[in-house]
Amino acid sequence: MNPTLALPLAVFLPLAGATGVLLCRGRPNARDAVSVAAGVALAAVLISLWPAALDGARVELWAWLPNITLTLELEPLGLLFATVAGVLWPVTTVYSIGYMRANRERNQTRFYAFFALAIGAAQLIAMSGDLVTMFIGYEMLTLATWPLVAHQGTAEARRGARTYLIILLTTSIGLLLPAIVWTAVLAGTTQFATGGVLVGEAGPVVLTLLYAMYLFGIGKVALMPFHRWLPAAMVAPTPVSALLHAVAVVKAGAFAVVKVTIYVFGLDTLADSGGADPMVWVAAITLLVAGAIAVTRDDLKARLAYSTISQLAYIALGAALVDPDAVLEGALHIATHAVGKITLFFCAGAIYVATGLTRVSQLDGLGARMPFTFAAFTLASLSIIGLPPLAGTWDKILLMEGAVNGDWTVLAGVILVGSLLSIAYLLPVSVRAFLLPERAAVGAVRDDPSGVPPPRVPIQEAPASCVVPLCLTALACVAMFFFEYELVEPLARVLEGR
Amino acid sequence: MTSQLPALQVVVPLLGAAGCVLLRSAFGAWVLFSVVAVASLTTSVALTVQVWDGDVIRYEMGGWPAPAGIELLIDRANVAVLLLLGVIAVIAAGYGRHSIEVEVPTRRIRMFYAALCLLLTGLLGITVTGDAFNLFVFLEISSLSSYALIALGRRRRALLAAFQYLVIGTVGGTFLLIGVGLAYSVTGTLNMADLAERLPAVVGNRAVTGAVVFIFVGLGIKMALFPLHAWLPGAYSEAPSVVSIVLAAVGTKVAIYAFARFAFTVFGIDVVFTDLPIGEAILVVGSLAMLAGAAVACFQQDFKRLLAWSSIGQVGMIVTGVGLATASGVSAAYLHIINHAIIKGALFAAAGVLLLRLGSTSLDSMAGLGRRMPLTFGAVVIAGLGLIGVPPTAGFASKWALAAALVEDDQWLILAIMLASSLLAMVYVGRIVEVGWFRAPAKFDEQAAESGEQATAGANPGVLRVREQTSLLMAGSVALLTGVSVYFGVDASLPSNLADGAARILTGGGAP
Amino acid sequence: MIATHYTYWIIFGLMMIGLYAVMSHGNLVKKLIGLNVFQVAVFMFFISLGRVDDGSPPIITEGIDVYSHPLPHVLILTAIVVGVATTSVGVAIAIRIYEAYGTVEEDTALARDAADEGAE
Repeated sequence: MNPTLALPLAVFLPLAGATGVLLCRGRPNARDAVSVAAGVALAAVLISLWPAALDGARVELWAWLPNITLTLELEPLGLLFATVAGVLWPVTTVYSIGYMRANRERNQTRFYAFFALAIGAAQLIAMSGDLVTMFIGYEMLTLATWPLVAHQGTAEARRGARTYLIILLTTSIGLLLPAIVWTAVLAGTTQFATGGVLVGEAGPVVLTLLYAMYLFGIGKVALMPFHRWLPAAMVAPTPVSALLHAVAVVKAGAFAVVKVTIYVFGLDTLADSGGADPMVWVAAITLLVAGAIAVTRDDLKARLAYSTISQLAYIALGAALVDPDAVLEGALHIATHAVGKITLFFCAGAIYVATGLTRVSQLDGLGARMPFTFAAFTLASLSIIGLPPLAGTWDKILLMEGAVNGDWTVLAGVILVGSLLSIAYLLPVSVRAFLLPERAAVGAVRDDPSGVPPPRVPIQEAPASCVVPLCLTALACVAMFFFEYELVEPLARVLEGR
Repeated sequence: MTSQLPALQVVVPLLGAAGCVLLRSAFGAWVLFSVVAVASLTTSVALTVQVWDGDVIRYEMGGWPAPAGIELLIDRANVAVLLLLGVIAVIAAGYGRHSIEVEVPTRRIRMFYAALCLLLTGLLGITVTGDAFNLFVFLEISSLSSYALIALGRRRRALLAAFQYLVIGTVGGTFLLIGVGLAYSVTGTLNMADLAERLPAVVGNRAVTGAVVFIFVGLGIKMALFPLHAWLPGAYSEAPSVVSIVLAAVGTKVAIYAFARFAFTVFGIDVVFTDLPIGEAILVVGSLAMLAGAAVACFQQDFKRLLAWSSIGQVGMIVTGVGLATASGVSAAYLHIINHAIIKGALFAAAGVLLLRLGSTSLDSMAGLGRRMPLTFGAVVIAGLGLIGVPPTAGFASKWALAAALVEDDQWLILAIMLASSLLAMVYVGRIVEVGWFRAPAKFDEQAAESGEQATAGANPGVLRVREQTSLLMAGSVALLTGVSVYFGVDASLPSNLADGAARILTGGGAP
Repeated sequence: MIATHYTYWIIFGLMMIGLYAVMSHGNLVKKLIGLNVFQVAVFMFFISLGRVDDGSPPIITEGIDVYSHPLPHVLILTAIVVGVATTSVGVAIAIRIYEAYGTVEEDTALARDAADEGAE
């Protein structure tokens, strides 16, 4: 498809989907069909764009302010993120249909509409050709996901949603916005450019400060101490968690970090000035501390949340190392972690739908009852840990290379410890499910205030529309191991030609 | 005909006021006001087209030549304000049709429209005049009519608010008069262009210093610049909805324009910002206003009062841009004048709709309203996001412009303060959202509402008649303003071109 | 300076008296009176600006070359009108406040509002 047409279309399709969902309120089947159709169409458009990834198509939308033009641009990194979000959207929608119906959630129309809006915002971020467009998408994403986090409407959900909104808006308005304005004043432009726009425009101190403002300001990448929103958002329904952790939100943050590193600062500028060095440590500390916290969490979703914070730090670390290999890792990790983490959340949700269980310590022996779910969980865990032949393998290797290239030998140790931690927080789930005997009280499920154990019912798998998506994504973890380089090959060429 | 446009801009509303008094029917008065409003907007559009390329129109009132006669002056520095006035007047006409009918006793309606015409006359006059004394006269016309309009508020405390505004406003107006008098005493002229020519010869004279300070303080009171804002919360929150919209959208903005006109073209940047520490003073009080206004807004229990305090903070933001005295700073100030007028107009318009529906604007009465009035409340939230400055709303564009101006000038502390005030705005807008969507609705007891209404009405006889339905025009006004506030956020080229043109005239040293 | 510009000092004194009355009194009518004193002082200041040493009133007659400046008088005529209008609007509002609250003391009126609020 013609890229100049496809770029606006990619942003427009989810918005059209949201409108369609609203129009079909009251007719659940039509509404859900619209959601899936929009998702499939978006995925098709995005995949059709891959051959043109390096053509550098640009669409100038309009002059927002006299000297600032809103622009859409096709470039490999953006396309990678857009594809991750676009392909996982229909998968998540199918899963949501099963999950939301099985749980009899209310306000499903609002849910699907804002879900589609969030995807639209993510596409805008991915396709943005300048900082202002990216910022607009970034803020729209925050606002569109807020009703999703608060979906349940309980006091706890509202509290979590408030934390979510306050932290994300505070960082973006307080740090990201001034950073972008400062960049605009220094460089005289807000457009992205290969090799950066700040070359020779700022000294090392300014670069260091500015880079820190960007990385902390992009609160969606959840570097400590601005990570609290991610565990707070765990109150949301599981498909939302999948959206937050895998499809759009944190990936938007990670993408923005990598994008800014490459196209605003430029790898060479950053490397020469050492401006990113402090952020390397911040990322390394986040990586370790979040991993350690994850080990201590018994609630499965909370454990996965801290795992996400730790895994995001890998991406931030890759960007901050400003080594081409490490940056490629960052880009690749956006995709591999997305596929892995979405599988894990789908599994967590499927377990909840089927049994009502949410704690790791309750999962003993469930493997026999939910073989597909736990097999998928195990595959995805191994992928995130980084064992071959699974998707997460390559990025760990690339990051190691990047660290060694940049004489950060100590970081190689950090990465190793991080992987060990991920073994410690992910594998016990599978081990308990498959190897430990089933607990007697497993039948004491939700909706049972009386305390009287209900009659034992054989626990089966969750509905098919939950299980099929998670099996697909788990298989994708395996498949991606074999054609992973194709995903980042265009980006690698951009980095070489910088 | 087109050469008479500058005069028509003022004369039409003035005649309209007289006509409203003469007409014996409330409906006739409304029709006349609508005609006046549309005429004002048309005139300002025509004038904008004439000066768009940088021309300056000088109009001699009554054919008397400039220094002795009164000169009207149209250039790019004031067409932006004229346009804004025209748009708000039209909105007020559409919105007022139903809202005034309900809020104001029928026998007072035509006088109400007469006062509204006078208010428009005064505000337009301040904007077009090229004569310092004439400016004072128009300022008083607008002030006097707004005292009367505020006093027509539905609750009796509107009277107290109006009186308080009258006292403070008169002192402010008189300060302006003293300043103008001092400038006259050293130059012997009141014409702005003449003043600008003769003032350089007497720079350093203490009378000039006095003039600058008195004019600054006098207009500071009119623009409710912290700490001279005491009149504003009462006046905005007690006035009838239409008056709140007009005052909040353009009332203070016109005073800010007048100050910019005096500072940049009459006295000149050198006198005001280099010789005198007025620029620094503005930056300090502007910063304090941003923090204090937003912070106090967070603790308000009444929606309109909350909006009023937020206005105090936003005025601080605008004058900060003026205080920078750079082209980009003034441009940012103008951009926010436009954007904030649209946003606050939308919010006060929505507040009026809520008032008619609920009989109150207290936040408690709005609990759980998001579900019962999703459209109105959605407008409140979108406009509220504009106050925070979240893209894609108009507030983001002006916040961006001001932030860029501050960075250019290395004003990091003020930048931090501005961002902090945005975050405070997030708190008070967030409160509204939570009240509207996540708090359980208070038990809405028709009976209690009825009797409460009568109790209030007894205190201020015959004023409040709550109705259930919102008129299409009112809802349309809210929707239009909200829509424009989003449009100006997505495509800010129109307001920012206006703002840039104004800034170029003011800071580029062009003669007035 | 003091000797030659003594009118300015008198005017300055009047202005201060007027402002003091506005700020110190809770009685709305007294506030209005203070406001008037303040305004009149400013009017007098303007008129005194128009005086020219040894000038006669600005009426053209034979044998007189030096006139006082007439423009300030004209302007102040306008300003006096504004002042009168302000006073009348102020008095009108004060009367309505009296009707609504039964008092023209600001503190008492505010207290009655607060009492109403408490009762609600």
